[in-house]
Formats: sequence, C-alpha cells, structure tokens
Amino acid sequence: MSTRTVEMALATPGLDERGRPSRLPLSIGQPGDDDMGAEHMLVNIGPQHPATHGVLRLVLELEGETVKRCIPHIGYLHSGFEKLGEYRHYNQIVPLTDRTDYLSPMANNVCLALAAEKLMGIEITERCQVLRVIACEMSRIISHLVWLGTTGIDLGAFTPFLWSFYQRERIYNLQEAWTGARLTTSLTRIGGMMADVPDGWEAGLRDFTATFTRTLDEVDTMFTRNSIWCGRTQGVGVLTAEEAINFSLSGPMLRASGVDYDVRKDRPYLGYETYDFDVPVGEHGDIYDRYRVRLEEMYQSNRILEQALDRLARLKGAPLNTDDHRVILPPKGRAMSDMEAMIHHFKQVMEGIPAPAGEAYLGVENPKGELGYYFVADGTAKPVRWRIRPPSFINLACLPKLCEGALLSDVIAINASVDIVMGEIDR
Amino acid sequence: MGLTLPPDGEVTEVPAVSPNWLTTRLDFLVNWGRANSLWPMPFGTACCAIEFMATAAGRFDISRFGMERMSFSPRQADVLICAGRLPFKLAPIIRRVWDQMPQPKWAISMGACASTGGIFDTYAMVQGIDTIIPVDVYVPGCPPRPEGLMYGIMLLQKKIKGETMADPSLRQELLVNEQGFFVPPEKIDEISEPFGNSVHQTRSA
Amino acid sequence: MTAVAPALSPSVDALRAAFGSAVLRAAVSCGDSIVWVAADRAHEILAWLKNTPGQTFNYLTDVTAVDYRDPDRPLEVSYQLRSLSRKADLRVKIPLDKAQPLAVDSVVDLWRGADWLEREVFDMFGVTFTGHPDLRRILMWDTYAEGHPLRKDFPLRGNFTRAEQTRQALAANPEAHYSMEELSIADAFNELPEDMKRRLLDGQRGELR
Repeated sequence: MSTRTVEMALATPGLDERGRPSRLPLSIGQPGDDDMGAEHMLVNIGPQHPATHGVLRLVLELEGETVKRCIPHIGYLHSGFEKLGEYRHYNQIVPLTDRTDYLSPMANNVCLALAAEKLMGIEITERCQVLRVIACEMSRIISHLVWLGTTGIDLGAFTPFLWSFYQRERIYNLQEAWTGARLTTSLTRIGGMMADVPDGWEAGLRDFTATFTRTLDEVDTMFTRNSIWCGRTQGVGVLTAEEAINFSLSGPMLRASGVDYDVRKDRPYLGYETYDFDVPVGEHGDIYDRYRVRLEEMYQSNRILEQALDRLARLKGAPLNTDDHRVILPPKGRAMSDMEAMIHHFKQVMEGIPAPAGEAYLGVENPKGELGYYFVADGTAKPVRWRIRPPSFINLACLPKLCEGALLSDVIAINASVDIVMGEIDR
Repeated sequence: MGLTLPPDGEVTEVPAVSPNWLTTRLDFLVNWGRANSLWPMPFGTACCAIEFMATAAGRFDISRFGMERMSFSPRQADVLICAGRLPFKLAPIIRRVWDQMPQPKWAISMGACASTGGIFDTYAMVQGIDTIIPVDVYVPGCPPRPEGLMYGIMLLQKKIKGETMADPSLRQELLVNEQGFFVPPEKIDEISEPFGNSVHQTRSA
Repeated sequence: MTAVAPALSPSVDALRAAFGSAVLRAAVSCGDSIVWVAADRAHEILAWLKNTPGQTFNYLTDVTAVDYRDPDRPLEVSYQLRSLSRKADLRVKIPLDKAQPLAVDSVVDLWRGADWLEREVFDMFGVTFTGHPDLRRILMWDTYAEGHPLRKDFPLRGNFTRAEQTRQALAANPEAHYSMEELSIADAFNELPEDMKRRLLDGQRGELR
C-alpha cells in the first residue's frame, strides 16, 4: 500500500457528512515516546498568516517549544502559469512573468526575453543590454528591500519596513516613468525593449543611486551589531555548503553557506563580466549571514547601476532594438502610412513569432536565486513547454531541514530568511 | 463548508422599524464610528498584496482611514480585503476566514484576479471571489494603485454611511446550501464564461 | 551571445563509452547539450554523472517533464545538471512511452533538491518516481480529480465545469488531509497497518533509503 492510499483511507473516516473533520489531531502523545513524557503537538501555521509571506502553510510537530518536524504545504497560489504559457505567443508571455515573482518583475521580463532570444538565435544591441542590466539591478534592490522590511517586522522591528518602502516608492516612480506601471512592468520584448527610458530619466536614477545607500547605512547601524538581531539570527537555521549544493539552493541562500556561485559571474549574460562588482559570500550559513549577503548585494547593485548609467550616457542615441525584422515591429509611423509595414505589423501581432524547433534553458541571477526559463519549441509561435525554474520553490524545499530542532519563534525567522515569494513557488 | 441553511427553510422575520429622528441620528453616529475605524483583514495572496503593503506604508498611509490596525485574526476584523488571485485550492480557506468574521463585516475584492480571475482563465483559478463570498466593493486594476485601493475604501465608507439599523438584511449571514454554494451553479458557469478576446486565446498552436 | 559553433559536451562521449546502448541519442540545441537515456538505467547514469571524477555534475538545476503536442511522441522527463566547479551543463532526458505506465527511478537519494521537483512532475504530469520517500501531489490538493494539468490532453480550463470545480474545491477540506508523517503523531496512529506502525516507531519515516 503506498503512502498516498493510506493517507486517503485514513483521512476519509475522519470526516462527517458535510466534509468537516470530525477529529482534529491536535495534541496527542505518541506511543513509545521516551522524551521525558513530553506531549507532542501539531501546530498549523497558515495558509493565511502574516508571517508566512503569502499563502504558505506549515504544519509543525512541537515538543515543548522545540520543532521536531516541519511539513510545508504549498500550492495555495497555483495559477497555472506554465499551462497558460503554452497558449500564448512568446511576447504575450512577458506579462505573465511580471506576476510570477512580483517582487522583481523587471528581472523576470529580462530573463524571459533572453531565453526566447537564445531559442531564436537573436542578438541584442549594446544599449539594450545596458538597459536590461539596469532593470535587473533595480529589481534586485526592490526585492531585497521587501525582504528587509518584512523580515524586520517578523523579528519585531517595524521601522526598517517604513524606510525600505520609502526607498521602494522611489524606484516605483522610476519604473512607472519608464514602463507606465508600478509593478506589472512588461518591460522587455523579444529583440529589444517595450520602450526606451524617457528624457531626463537617468538623472532620477542617478539621484537614487547617490542617496539610496544612506538608508542601507542606517539599517546597517540598526541591525548589524544589534544584540537582539544577532541573538535571533546568529547560529539559527544553519546549512553547510555541501547541504546547500545538495538541496540545489541558489542565490543568497547558497552564497550565505559559503559557496561562491553567482550566475552573473560564472556564466555571464548581458555583459555582466565587464562590470566591476563583488559577490558577497557568507561562511556560517545562518540567517545572519543571509542578511549580510543581501545587504551587501544591495550596495553592489548600486555600484552596477552607477556603472551602467555611465555607459548609458556614452550610448546616447545608439539603437535600442535589434534590426531583425522577424521579431521587431516596424515603427508606428511607418505602420500607419506604409502598406507593407502595416501588413508586417498585423501579421506579427496576430500570428506571433515562430521559433525554430528546439529547446533552450537560460538561467539568470534573480534576487531570490537562479531563475531559469526553459522553452521547448516545435516551430510554431507558441511554446510546447514553458518551464520556470523557480528559485524560491527550490530554496523553500530545505525548510524542513532548517527548522528541525529549532524553536517555534525561530521558524518565523528561518522562513523569512529564505526570502520566498509564493507567486513564484506555486506558479 | 460554510454556514448552512436551516433544514426546513425556516427564516426568522424581524419587524422593520420605521425610521424616525432618533434612529436616523443613532444610525449616523454608529455608521460614522464604523466607517472610520474599519479593521482590515488583509487576505493578501499575490501581487496586489504588495500594493496593499505599499498602501499601508509611509507614503500612502492607510491610517488616515483609521485602518492601520491590521487584524490578522478574522475574529477581530471588519473588512476582508482579498488582495490577489484566488486559486481553487484557496477557496475553502477564504470561505472559512469569512465565516469566522463577526457581523458587521464587509469585503473588498482588490484587483482583476480577485474580481474576475483576471488573465488567469485556467484550470486552477476561481473566476471571481464573488462565487465564494459576497463582495461589497470591487477595485479594478492589475494590480490597482494604492490610490485605487483608497478609492475603494472610500466607496466602502460611503456605503457604510448609508446603512441603517432598521434593515436587518444587511447583517444577515451568508447561508450556503449543502453543496457549498450561495449562488446557483448555473450562475457560476455563466459568469465564468470567457469573454472578449480571451475566447480566442485557448488555441495552443 | 557568442558566435562560437556549439559543440556537444564531452560528457556525452564518456557516457557512451561507459553505458553503451543505454545512451539513446544526443544533440545540441541552442548551445545546450542534450542526451537521451533509457529509463531503466537512468538512475545509474545520473549517479555516474554526479560521482565520477571529471564529470562532477554535483548540482541539480532542475527536474521537469515535457509532453509534446504530437500524441505519439513520448513524454520526456528532463534533468538539468550542472557542475559548479567545471562550469558545465548537461541536460539528461528520459523518454517515456505514453502507452506504458509512466515511471522512472527517483534521484532524491542523489540530490535532496529533487524531492519537491519530482513531486511537482508527479502532480503535473503523472510520472511516478519509484523510491521517492513522499510522493504526493504538491501544487494541487490531494483529492484533485481532474487529472494532471500539464498533460496535453488536459484542457486549459480543466475538465469540469466551473461550478463543479468550485463545488469540489469547497468540499476539499484542507484540515482533513494530513500526510503520513503528520498522521503518525495524531490519534490516527492506532489505525495504521502494523508494518507501517513499526517503521514509524523505528524512526524510519521521511528518511532516505
């Protein structure tokens, strides 16, 4: 008898005629326990709980206040992204990617465009690369800011939430000026961008990069040597480097455990190898190191943004989109006046861009870890399979291991340190 | 799940009180108090929850509406704000949360996904939370801007200010039949039908 | 975006030398090396790729599956492997004939990270992973009756009407379905079969064998 059939057989008699549980297994000792007679207790957290960062559900087996086992239940936000992607043209998938990891929408857009371009064999212009780097790094900053604010709240500090959301609003203003939307940006198109940055936009970003790190300094002053913060985070939720690799972790979770692996450095895309930045690596693999890594990554992103702004100034007036007419729409002015251009425009919008049969996997370094898009194409304009390699899904899978033996209050801190976003975990 | 109809269909009738000066003044006072101290139960699931957090943060400051006291326990909440998409797996959860909220209670459906399923016309998504719980205010947008949510909140306040104690139907609990529905199944099928452009977007090749 | 002509990964030749006909074919697509292997020796091949010096594919990037639009084409389970030290990638694919029961050996004993990924493939495609310690649905709920959503014969809006879907979703009681691990400390423990009780008492639950 498989695990599943036992479970079903046992669950069913526990229901009354309305489908409600007639028996709630909450506090029952386990026969054969020799742990000083302590009663084990099942505690259910979520799916609707402020500290689970979305609709995650955790079932904890407690002995006193010590967690013996943690069983996550996910899928409460499963929306069918991958299925929906099989029914959309490649460019139509861009708005879907906004809504997977909604804390870093622009980075997802960039990853999708890069994966589709790899599939179709399209080269992009240098200016487009620079703008995409800016988009990725802005996303990294706002995503880590949400992490900082919410983790602060989880551990009892409300002020950083207000600070970080103030800085986020500044980036949102820039995003809105560029894309027209605060959150669902849909920034990229295959072979280029949806839009160029508006006039004077660079000055706004320069102002941000010049002043933003002051907030980080303040957070650093507040947290890094704060005894409450250190006590709650140091030595909690430890994962060694071997375990982190074996669990397929990525991003700050992997680097905090001392594995020096960053997709931007190790398999560069968008010309990241030409930027001067450091990859922070922790050594203890605990929550504190994850905090240090993320904090430092924001400083480094700021450095990359400054370099990218210099390049953008140098590339003023350079073409933004590739001149490959298979994928780029004709300019609006020509489409409205020239018959061929209009037919071209119409066909491309209605029929999409056919991709040659084949498959491509492309991973980028997202704030949460390695985000990978895997396309399988059969020659039509819609993919046969659009797979998202979700970094926080894979990072969250090590939660049972991290929580084993921790205290109940540590579970909240550990869960926060994984930096999950349910839209991406459940897709 | 859900509170069910009494088996014999018996409904208690409460005689309506004709409005007079005293009750209208009392209504005004009660509604003024209720409308300006709504405790929200943030049922945040997806992207809209981020905009909800932005609304709560410094720049937009939801406390101007007396709503800064987030009630994460439904038992102390007045208004349920469903911020984000609602998959079928979450449907029994929101029904449970709604049933746990005491009267008087209201619901705001924030964003296109909560209101209609949005761009997710798929196997996994509820096509509008009004098939699961009754909704007072729908806020459009994907996601709505904080200003949009605040407009929705102000509409809700306006609605509350128009209520009267003389109308007991306002405070009646939602009763569902044994299948768990409070709207007829045909109605659910009808409002979940694809419309507009999405009719043509189900071909996979 | 390099213009270098993509070459097949040298690991493929090493695999052919070590496993012969179990390596079905190999190809390069968009610069990615792909190797198709037989399902019955897949676990052995993946273990070899992970542990052999010179291969050291120690990082399992992703596990997924592909169901093609052509109904006669086999469903493929795909493992995206990476060697962190050598900075090399390899995609190993296992074709599964859809007329037969879909089953492959689980690789959770090699990579713990495969746990949830394999559960997701089981949930979405109905592929059974033999030897997986806890193969349950992960994204859909336990009693989900419509099938496996990412299969091509599954319509976008699901098999049932919206009303029926709503009814079933509301009837699915999240509190009633605990996993075996959760049940083991509940009062339902006494209802478990003898052999399972023994295993749970010995502390074997959830352990990898």
